[in-house]
Amino acid sequence: MPDLLLEIFSEEIPARMQAKAADDLKAMVTNRLVEAGLVYEGAQALVTPRRLALTVAGLPARQPDVKEERKGPKVGAPEQAIAGFLRAAGLASIDQAKVQADKKGDFYVAVTEKAGRPAIEVIAEIVPEVIRAFPWPKSMRWGAASAKPGSLTWVRPLHSIVATFGPETEEPEIVRFEVGGVTSGNTTRGHRFLSSEPFAVKRFEDYVAKLEKAKVVADPARRREIILTDAKNLAFAQGFELVEDAGLLAEVAGLVEWPVVLMGSFEDEFLAIPPEVIRTTIRANQKCFVVASRDGRLANRFVLVSNIEASDGGKAIVAGNERVIRARLSDAKFFYETDLKTKLEDRLPKFEQIVFHEKLGTQAERIARIERLAVELAPLVGADVEKTRRAAQLCKADLLTEVVGEFPELQGLMGKYYALAQGEDASVAAACEDHYKPAGAGDRVPTDPVSIAVALADKIDTLVGFWAIDEKPTGSKDPYALRRAALGVIRIVLENGLRLRLLNCIGAGQNPFVIQPPKGVPDTLMQPFTASDKWAFDRLDLLSFFADRLKVQLREQGARHDLVDAVFALGNSSAEGGSGAENLQDDLLLIVRRVEALGAFLGTDDGRNLLAGVKRAANILRIEEKKDGASYTAAPKAALFAQDEEKALGAAVAIAKADAEKAVAAEDFAGAMAAMAKLRPAVDAFFDKVTVNADDKALRANRLALLNQIREATRAVADFSQIQG
Amino acid sequence: MDPARSFQGLILTLQRFWARHGCVILQPYDMEVGAGTFHPATTLRSLGSRPWNAAYVQPSRRPKDGRYGENPNRLQHYYQYQVILKPSPPDLQDLYLQSLYAIGIDPKVHDIRFVEDDWESPTLGAWGLGWECWCDGMEVSQFTYFQQVAGIECSPVSGELTYGLERLAMYVQGVDRVYDLNFNGREGAEKVTYGDVFLQAEQEYSRHNFEHADTAMLFEQFRMAEAACQKYLAAGWSGEGDTRRHLMVLPAYDQCIKASHVFNLLDARGVISVTERQSYILRVRELAKACGEAWLATDGAGASAVPAA
Repeated sequence: MPDLLLEIFSEEIPARMQAKAADDLKAMVTNRLVEAGLVYEGAQALVTPRRLALTVAGLPARQPDVKEERKGPKVGAPEQAIAGFLRAAGLASIDQAKVQADKKGDFYVAVTEKAGRPAIEVIAEIVPEVIRAFPWPKSMRWGAASAKPGSLTWVRPLHSIVATFGPETEEPEIVRFEVGGVTSGNTTRGHRFLSSEPFAVKRFEDYVAKLEKAKVVADPARRREIILTDAKNLAFAQGFELVEDAGLLAEVAGLVEWPVVLMGSFEDEFLAIPPEVIRTTIRANQKCFVVASRDGRLANRFVLVSNIEASDGGKAIVAGNERVIRARLSDAKFFYETDLKTKLEDRLPKFEQIVFHEKLGTQAERIARIERLAVELAPLVGADVEKTRRAAQLCKADLLTEVVGEFPELQGLMGKYYALAQGEDASVAAACEDHYKPAGAGDRVPTDPVSIAVALADKIDTLVGFWAIDEKPTGSKDPYALRRAALGVIRIVLENGLRLRLLNCIGAGQNPFVIQPPKGVPDTLMQPFTASDKWAFDRLDLLSFFADRLKVQLREQGARHDLVDAVFALGNSSAEGGSGAENLQDDLLLIVRRVEALGAFLGTDDGRNLLAGVKRAANILRIEEKKDGASYTAAPKAALFAQDEEKALGAAVAIAKADAEKAVAAEDFAGAMAAMAKLRPAVDAFFDKVTVNADDKALRANRLALLNQIREATRAVADFSQIQG
Repeated sequence: MDPARSFQGLILTLQRFWARHGCVILQPYDMEVGAGTFHPATTLRSLGSRPWNAAYVQPSRRPKDGRYGENPNRLQHYYQYQVILKPSPPDLQDLYLQSLYAIGIDPKVHDIRFVEDDWESPTLGAWGLGWECWCDGMEVSQFTYFQQVAGIECSPVSGELTYGLERLAMYVQGVDRVYDLNFNGREGAEKVTYGDVFLQAEQEYSRHNFEHADTAMLFEQFRMAEAACQKYLAAGWSGEGDTRRHLMVLPAYDQCIKASHVFNLLDARGVISVTERQSYILRVRELAKACGEAWLATDGAGASAVPAA
């Protein structure tokens, strides 16, 4: 079976685009091959800074033949119809058509045999299509050809294409095509500096081996492995440990074809800078790794990955990198020391000039809102009010420092360093960093009460604000990371076991967004959310956004989302029933406990059977209420209970309801479930022995009312109608 | 003139190199600009169909980067070496590497890398794709394939190389402080350093840029330059349809450059708020776009060969 080898050789492909490009090339080519009937055995894509390569192994030499049948007009149909059929089917005369019969009589059928084409011809059509349609995040035009419209675009100028096809045992053929002025062939080049002449390649194994000889490691996974192993060994040999960094490793592997790992050093005095600043400087600007001593502290060494085996053993390269790193660290040290000269609170007035969002006012206004909310939350989460106030005031101040200006990813962390340096309380300093957390699924959740108060206030202010101006996430678009903010609130509350009524936190009643345009900003550029604007903010909508995030969160932990619905639905139906919003489920911790208890209960026989009974009751009620156009919400009359099972159920329902409500009030959800479980025998017996639709109308109505009592009683714990199964 | 011994030797080597490759060697544009790209030989000449190869040194001013002569790397006035090749030749990367070799950077000893860096100039309404070129971890050049300039698609695309001359010179001379660069290649009493030539200017202009530049005058100059640019552009149009030509785009473009520099000075003085900043950038871009459109209707853009759209 023949194999395909493809290489698209260009100027340097951005490192961050390489992995996806390799995947895309593989998927696009193989999908089209399969569509064309060319089923393959295996495919592998490789990528280096200068080449995208693909091998597709075990392809057939030809497409399979295809037989197509086209149904034509009836025998004896008008001449035009016959002529049209012949034209469409590509037949010369009607004699070439077959005659078939069905219920309506005889009709013509054209059977055309489409012979499969040689695979190499099909590939020669597919590859240029793929190249033209390639989904680079950004692509460009170049050279003389770019004077004409429709010229080829690629991520950077494309120079040559290798395309060969053939079985293992033979010399492969060149798949001949031309795209954007580049003609396919079988020659490529090796390393830009370590190899000179172009060379011909045959098939994949030959290609990879010849590249290796020409100082190119084509497989990105192997380059990563080489870099990681060499870097670890080099650090170890000097008595250090590499500080591993998977993102940097992938990027660096995308910047070299022939990785050569070297080590350099910098002056000890720079170690006075916070280690994160050193690491970020060296990583972001120089794409080098840092190393640590065995005790875990950063060492004055760095690991660089060069792209050449230099004739001087790398001396000049190390010396050059050391000079740049020295200059960068000097800058960082200067920034850090400059920052230390200004107190965080002295930076705050500048926030009056900085717009947070054109409709949500300045950063200063946002900080004031966070402060108000954090102070309100403080007693609820056990935080010291004055420390919380201080933390909220200072938590954003590091955004105006030089170091954060240079490295935005160090926001928060620098705030902590500067707060500690100016003698702030440890909780206040920690909150400067931790109020941003958790920043993602893997991030840690703050546990210090001051951090918790400020972190919740920061996130809730963001959510309420963007909800108020109707900038909610839609589909995949969530530019203000509101889903992350809501999930952050949820995780902080749950992981710290906090009791919080969310509705009291999310803008209860009053509009916190009374905003004046900041000084110096032209009125026309600001559309402030003023006091006169309608406080068009649906708190229940935001609450249901939290419910959705909670569902996602619980589902990821293996809980059933219908149980979450069953608990949330309690508030909604009660509100409909007019019993007020106090039943709205907005206490995340209680919701989760309820869901857990419900899940455990439904795992028992009692739970499953009771659920079945309640569902049966609800179904009967739904049907009969619809039939009668009435609802049976009145309490059943004990005097009308005719059978023992009715009496027993009536009594059991009353007891179960009272016990369950008592247990819920004490937040003992397992107890509430146990109370419900006692209902089961009575429900089972009732359905066993009692005919609901009795001939006696009064009896029937009373029994329906009793069924409604079952439904109502179970509402003490959840809305069972939302539960599946 | 050894490029590794003197700043001027480095410049002369690059001049000779690009002259040998057919470039018109221009002298710096006689106006204050933020980068070599602003020179009409790049901005305007990169538009239109006419081939164009040029190279030149451009003194560049970034008022905000002034450090009173105290920072070893940052300057508010520095030199760029600018090469513009239209259309971009297929071997542009090789030519660039040869030019590095010419100034003493041997790719068998030094680690040269092309690291993604997409270039964009909001004031010029221009963008392109390319790289920053690294030598042993230091960015020494920008390498860009212009895709759009003045809001107009480049057709054909130009290749632009911008060498940071001070950085390169510091590298090849092995100097850590820009003011210690040997300027003239002499030693002893005859040696002239970069500091001898520019330190005083850095100190004086830093005072000017951050503390004393007359902001009332500058705001007025911005308005005047903007109005003049629009006026000259309006006055320069002549003819109709296929024969429509612009006869005064270069003087108009000078005013666009002036507005851009005045804005940079105002920005350095800290008198433009974050939101206003954006609107000033947009105003300069509007001028640049209008100049670009006018340029397309001139001989320089090849308008005589192809009827104007």
